Amino acid sequence: MSRLEAFFCQARREGRKALVTFMTAGAPNREVSMAALKALPEAGADIIELGMPFSDPMADGPAIQASSLAALENGMTLDGVLEMVRTFRAGNTTTPLVLMGYFNPIFSYGAETFACAAADAGVDGLIIVDLPPEEEGELLPYAQAAGLDLIHLVTPTTDAARLAVVLKNAGGFLYYVSITGITGTASADPAKVGAHLEMVRKHTDLPLAVGFGIKTPDDVRRLAPVADGLVVGSAIVNALKSCASPDEADAAVRAFVGSLSSALQE
Amino acid sequence: MRANSFRSGPDEMGHFGSFGGRYVAETLMPLILDVEKHWHAARADQAFWDEFSYLCRDYSGRPSPLYHAAAASAHFGGAKIYFKRDELNHTGSHKINNCLGQILVARRMGKTRIIAETGAGQHGVATATVCALFDLPCTIFMGATDVERQKPNVFRMKLLGAEVRPVTSGAGTLKDAMNEALRDWVANVDDTYYLIGTAAGPHPYPEMVREFQSVIGKETREQIMEKEGRLPDSLVACIGGGSNAIGLFHPFLDDPGVKIYGVEAGGHGIETGRHAASMNAGRSGVLHGNKTMLLQDADGQITEAHSISAGLDYPGVGPEHTWLREQKRVDYVVANDREALEAFQLLSRLEGIIPALEPAHAFAHVMKLAPTLPKDHLLVMNLCGRGDKDIFTVAGELGVSL
Repeated sequence: MSRLEAFFCQARREGRKALVTFMTAGAPNREVSMAALKALPEAGADIIELGMPFSDPMADGPAIQASSLAALENGMTLDGVLEMVRTFRAGNTTTPLVLMGYFNPIFSYGAETFACAAADAGVDGLIIVDLPPEEEGELLPYAQAAGLDLIHLVTPTTDAARLAVVLKNAGGFLYYVSITGITGTASADPAKVGAHLEMVRKHTDLPLAVGFGIKTPDDVRRLAPVADGLVVGSAIVNALKSCASPDEADAAVRAFVGSLSSALQE
Repeated sequence: MRANSFRSGPDEMGHFGSFGGRYVAETLMPLILDVEKHWHAARADQAFWDEFSYLCRDYSGRPSPLYHAAAASAHFGGAKIYFKRDELNHTGSHKINNCLGQILVARRMGKTRIIAETGAGQHGVATATVCALFDLPCTIFMGATDVERQKPNVFRMKLLGAEVRPVTSGAGTLKDAMNEALRDWVANVDDTYYLIGTAAGPHPYPEMVREFQSVIGKETREQIMEKEGRLPDSLVACIGGGSNAIGLFHPFLDDPGVKIYGVEAGGHGIETGRHAASMNAGRSGVLHGNKTMLLQDADGQITEAHSISAGLDYPGVGPEHTWLREQKRVDYVVANDREALEAFQLLSRLEGIIPALEPAHAFAHVMKLAPTLPKDHLLVMNLCGRGDKDIFTVAGELGVSL
């Protein structure tokens, strides 16, 4: 059983929701982001999304754009991201970790080589924002062969017909993009999200994690009832932005992610 | 795609060989599929083409002349040079052809707001123009660097009623403007139509833009038959995203006797790494919704393009061009900033036509090519834009203060 499957199995048994946290690998710099990554599970993160920085993050708002740029300026590469995962796995073998990013760096690396290297480093799944089902044939077979879940996105624009296309080959969990927009901008409306998720649930047993526009413990409280997991990204990236040292990053993660986790347990 | 034809692409998934496709965020997928549905319906509707032709003729001033550049021909002492005068279009470039077509598609879709990216500002002006014509609000995303170097066009867009949003991310050029336009679109999927300015982006844009710009090549075919009684021997056009070029080339792709040259922007020179020649110095990759040749580093990060011409300052190119290059049907060459600047001045003096810096790149290649060719060689260059917008840039380069 994969880490993701094992986690959601247990969470369902315990009636618990998942706190999914996003951070950009290498931002604001390698040491600070490594310390943050290590601190996440103890602070209450159930699933980690590690962002692979890209020069042109078209689906991201200002916070993640800036963090991607900072990471790249500090020399972060795909190999660097995998190295961070290996370091993380040396101290944690249970927390599911998925990589999130854009396709070009993977295409440049070689999809097959990358899938093997990622699985080998301890990655559990991939979310590739600009690789819709129509184009994922060039990554899917390699990801599946390596035991990586390809996590698909469902959005407010996904109707029932489109959902069938999205659900085919979807692995791990479904990432529900709660707003039409970019990361870290508008706030999600729980009633709308809940209604759409009801429709989605009729067609799949995959866990549903809701992301985009969830920034505060209050947001977490409001959306927890309708989802299996909640993704917080830009707000964490912002909390790390001003951290000057690994110690500060550790403290920032424990404080902020801790507050999200407490809100979720309520 | 049909065998033995260079004109049958893309396939139904939007691929030209291994290029093209639809690499967009899931939020945009239903909308992209909807654009495709409406475009295909429009394409099959004679009334749609009648309206397009009417606007091209009575609003934009088509057909543009095919002009025998006798002075330039005599100057080089070689090929008989013709200019396809698309700079005479309303708004001063070929961009209006595509805008007139897409605005009709947007109206068929019932969209009430238009967004677009622009580099040199020609596409922004053309978009603002058709939006004024059809009374639709429009927002133009333009890199902050380009806003600075293309001030006349920024003012034109504002006069036409458009909102111009300067984009400061990245280097503040066309690539960044396109990122920002995509971000806006994803946030406004219900009412907004993204009027892409070049033959790139997710399917069906490369195909749709090509079909609207093909009016250039179709007219050229008729006009050269009328004047010379035969097809041209060679075609030359500049390539940024490649819409003016594919528009001229496409109707001739299956005529093996027609040699075709696309001219990329060499910036400071390919060897300096500061250029915009994605086909001559890039690698295959995925950006802005399509797989194509891109300027990128070893880790797949997109690098900045450099060109004196804001309209060519883009690290990618339309996917059909990358396919035509792979098929060896079109020869893609390079002209650098210095050559384009020289061509800009020479064309102004020889023919009394101040070209935009973009087709000045095409003319820079004509300068190399024409002297080597016999006098009965018919060469057609797409003079796709006029240079009024560039006089500040050129004056600056020549050390003249205006």
